[in-house]
Amino acid sequence: MDVKAGLFYVFAALLLFAALRVVTARNPVHAALYLVWTFIQAAMIWLLLQAEFLAMVLVLVYVGAVMVLFLFVVMMLDIDFDAMRLGFRRHLPWAGLIGVVVTLQMAAVLMGGFRMTEPKAMAVLPLAGEASNTRDLGVLLYSEYVLPVQIAAVILLVAIVAAIALTLRERKDTKHIGADAQVRVKSRDRMRVVQMAATQPAQEPAPPPAEPAAGAPAAERKP
Amino acid sequence: MTLTLGHFLSLGAILFALSVIGIFLNRKNLIVLLMAIELMLLAVNMNFVAFSYYLGDMRGQIFVFFILTVAAAESAIGLAILVQLFRNKSSINVDELNSLKG
Repeated sequence: MDVKAGLFYVFAALLLFAALRVVTARNPVHAALYLVWTFIQAAMIWLLLQAEFLAMVLVLVYVGAVMVLFLFVVMMLDIDFDAMRLGFRRHLPWAGLIGVVVTLQMAAVLMGGFRMTEPKAMAVLPLAGEASNTRDLGVLLYSEYVLPVQIAAVILLVAIVAAIALTLRERKDTKHIGADAQVRVKSRDRMRVVQMAATQPAQEPAPPPAEPAAGAPAAERKP
Repeated sequence: MTLTLGHFLSLGAILFALSVIGIFLNRKNLIVLLMAIELMLLAVNMNFVAFSYYLGDMRGQIFVFFILTVAAAESAIGLAILVQLFRNKSSINVDELNSLKG
């Protein structure tokens, strides 16, 4: 048993333990942290498979971004977690049964073949001089897979817009200025020129109180 | 005893089965359901990387790249919907999300 196999068993055992804790943890914060552990162990196993770039991306994107998002959401929402686990014991036998069936079905397929011990040599790509996973991936990604990369970029853009549009909440009680109205304004809307005389004539004496003005307050009308 | 392709595929299969168990166990908690889906995608990615290594084909890793992209977008939108849902119903219990049932 060489070193690589030993490392594989260690990483796989930690990975499976962490994955089991993800689905059985009582507290979703613990579940999210165990999921971080799972992803880190998976990155280790991908390093054994010489997929260095993807291992780093897994740690950066998942542990750095997606899991922080999960933790934010779990901590932001005020959830009664014990009520969520009411059917836990009742579902346990079924879940175990389904899990065993899925594993057995996959094992029936996997036991048949897949005894490859030696990897085939990576197909040599043009422009790739020395062996570098990142460089090979980049060459392939930006030559043969340019269109899927663009589509993935559009998917990410749509995801950004959708996530912001879903969670954006406008407050009604703020003195909010519409940005469109602010941009559209002209200088003549800002200033109004009023024509009026420079001097005002002296006030005429007030009319007798017998016939009060229509708009006068009621208190003055009484006497 | 050296590592074979079957070792990595078995690991992916067990991981997938664990996440299926998780979906059955946490049927009420939407957050843990999303986490179980992430675990499923990880199992699939594990198979892709293993095949890519043992068949000497870089394209498997390209697929993992795109799966990661789509999974990140999916979890972002899923969590946004979750937040909006909690604001409206004050609950993320899957059993209570029956407004469309009529």
